[in-house]
Amino acid sequence: MEFIYYFGDVFSPLSFLLLLGGTIGGLILGATPGLSPTMAVALLIPFTFQLEAVQGLILLGAAYTSTVAGGAVSAILLKIPGAPANIATTLDGHTMAKQGQGAKALQLSFLASAVGGIFGVLLLIFLTPVLAQWALAFGPSHLFWLAILGVTVIGSLDSASVVKGLLSGCIGLWLATIGFDDIMGAQRFIFHPALGGGINIIAALIGLFAIPQVLTMFAKGRRTAGAEVIEVQKHSILAAMRELFRRPRALSIGTLTGSIIGLIPGVGGQIAGLVAYDQTKKFSADKDKFGKGHSEGVIAAESANNAMVGPSLVPLLTLSIPGSPTAAVLLGGLLIHGIFPGSDLFDNHPDVAWTFINSMLIGQVLMCLFGLYVAGLAARVAQVPQSVMAAIVLALSVFGAYSVQSSMGDVYVMACLGIGMFFLERFGFSAAPLVLGLILGPIAEANFIQGGMIADATVGKASYFLTGGLNMFLIAVVLASIAYSVWMELRARRHTTKEEAMA
Amino acid sequence: MKRLIAGAALALMSLTGGAMAQDYPERPIMMMVSYGAGGATDFQARIVTMTAGNEDALGMPIAIINKPGAGGRVGWNWFATQADPDGYTLAAYNVPHFIAQSIKGGVEYSADSFEPIANWGADPAVFVVATDSQFNSMEDVVAHAKENPGKLTFSGAGLFVGHHIAALQIEKAAGVKMAYIPTKGGGAAAMKAVIAGEVMGGINNLSDAFRAQEAGNVKILGVADLERSEFLPDVPTMMEQGLDVDNSSVNFRGVMVPKGTPQEVIDKLAATVPEMFKNDRVAKKMQAGGSPMHVMTRDEVIEMWAAREQTLKELLAGL
Repeated sequence: MEFIYYFGDVFSPLSFLLLLGGTIGGLILGATPGLSPTMAVALLIPFTFQLEAVQGLILLGAAYTSTVAGGAVSAILLKIPGAPANIATTLDGHTMAKQGQGAKALQLSFLASAVGGIFGVLLLIFLTPVLAQWALAFGPSHLFWLAILGVTVIGSLDSASVVKGLLSGCIGLWLATIGFDDIMGAQRFIFHPALGGGINIIAALIGLFAIPQVLTMFAKGRRTAGAEVIEVQKHSILAAMRELFRRPRALSIGTLTGSIIGLIPGVGGQIAGLVAYDQTKKFSADKDKFGKGHSEGVIAAESANNAMVGPSLVPLLTLSIPGSPTAAVLLGGLLIHGIFPGSDLFDNHPDVAWTFINSMLIGQVLMCLFGLYVAGLAARVAQVPQSVMAAIVLALSVFGAYSVQSSMGDVYVMACLGIGMFFLERFGFSAAPLVLGLILGPIAEANFIQGGMIADATVGKASYFLTGGLNMFLIAVVLASIAYSVWMELRARRHTTKEEAMA
Repeated sequence: MKRLIAGAALALMSLTGGAMAQDYPERPIMMMVSYGAGGATDFQARIVTMTAGNEDALGMPIAIINKPGAGGRVGWNWFATQADPDGYTLAAYNVPHFIAQSIKGGVEYSADSFEPIANWGADPAVFVVATDSQFNSMEDVVAHAKENPGKLTFSGAGLFVGHHIAALQIEKAAGVKMAYIPTKGGGAAAMKAVIAGEVMGGINNLSDAFRAQEAGNVKILGVADLERSEFLPDVPTMMEQGLDVDNSSVNFRGVMVPKGTPQEVIDKLAATVPEMFKNDRVAKKMQAGGSPMHVMTRDEVIEMWAAREQTLKELLAGL
């Protein structure tokens, strides 16, 4: 209960002003395509040079919290996921926006983010020592199986046919091998110098999601002279709250999945949203509505990606190991003030540690309030004529891809992937499984190689990867997930043949 | 015609060259860091350049841009092939990384593609084990490795980086074979493997290991440098423990420019930048972050690069 004692510090005038500034600034940065939470926090570090340690961390904590949520804005309104965490949000969120329900989608996403986020931070406050042990329990073999579990999701994710889902997953896995291999340093498929560092995930996200959309808009714009105007429905915040609590399953699956997966160093943030989305879909009664603008999809994805924020800091704060790129940037922010995370932080600087954690808690609430305030206004973006919209999205895409690492190479990569995806979509392939392959490929590969090297020196590959409680459990989940997909596919086929027979 | 224009341009450049160097720098300078924002190199680069705008330093600010990827290869490739040699594009170097990569091949640079300006930091590699490990000195490690050849697993941040060089040197000096496990995700992932007990030991950066030891997570058994570190006065060097390991694996960080930068600009930078690094505010921030400083002038760095290239060529010849 020590944290309550330090609540007062968050509300001192300067601290609160920074918290407010960090939250609002974070939402805007997060909503800007190409600016991932990691980038946003890194950009703010120089500002903290002049501040006290506590105040600097309040700014960074608030910015981290709200950039993750802010990513939902561009994901829903423009179909540009700001970071891998927001991919799942685009699937239903953007469809809702196109149906004129942008305000509702945004309100739901901010409310779900706040619920998930607060739960995650509370976990961080109360269960840190236990969670730290958990974070360490995942070694190379477990991470490998976890990535394989992700691969089994590929087939069923946002795709009419399992075969097409798996095929786009394979394209993603192949794209992931491009570049210098991280462990051995081998060069693979580097046709052009711009590919030396591999395909940047943010640039790929923008290309795969936004560009096909832009092309479609341009194609339409020429045919119809009077651009179609979507009527943006007003949606009251109260109704959004009722909607949220009518969907307790999506909210709880999202929050729990996000918290658990967020904890695992190196994997968490990127796939939390997608895994939560897939699980919610599997447990939902309205499976068919997913991908067509179903509110459960938005709720699950957004509660998951904000629930991950708190637990993702556990390895950093307790063990001094940054578990995610954003945590690594925060580590820099701590070090610059001479504070070492770990026992030193909680024993000798409890004011810094707890004020930082409290600021993330208050930040979640502020983020939600401010987000709800702008949701109605922002949703009007859908009224912009299509041809103008296409130009704006295109400009933002180029800007976003370039700004990731100030490189034109990334813009070319984005353009090529986008044009490729435009044609793939014509054949019924979708971008989400492809991106999942791109994210999971390196995780599975690196952990297999690393685990294999450890295994060869010690107990041998078979017993290293196949024995032990956690390995067995993960393998069982993988098998269950495959069996479920096969069963669903078979049932769906029987269904269609019956209907076809009737017709 | 083309040749005439080129000739005229060349003449003009040589005329203005002197004046240019005198006024240098007349606009802000960019410094490329070939690792991601928030990493140790980026973090230190931002600290050591924060006083560049002062009158007694360059009088112009230095902006950091990150070009991460492939262990630094992406950024250095860009710097060697595309950066303008006009003194307004600097880069941070990491030795032995870029020299080892150029020896290994597949990149478009070598030590000859760049002109060093000054060195700001030196982060030695250290050998760490988990707190509950049976090893208490390098002697224990070597003895165990002798009894179980090829079975002692130890982590490090990838191949052909400082950690790998230290691993090779330790194996060579002790005459043993151990299992070096390169991790993806740099020193942090390698450290996690040690703390979680996935491997029996590991090579890591002194600054990160110092932090982990303060947090009570690891024991540091030896420093791969010529002298003990002021951060760890009680930890003996490898040499003190009978292992012939020099400072070849120390991660030196500093500033360089592309080959072809005007000599006047290089001279101006070489005179100013080391003084800029010695600023009190810089030293305080670096000390607070647990980042060991080691300021070296251009001449000292040229010598260090040449020596490093020599040792690394011998060490990597067999791989």
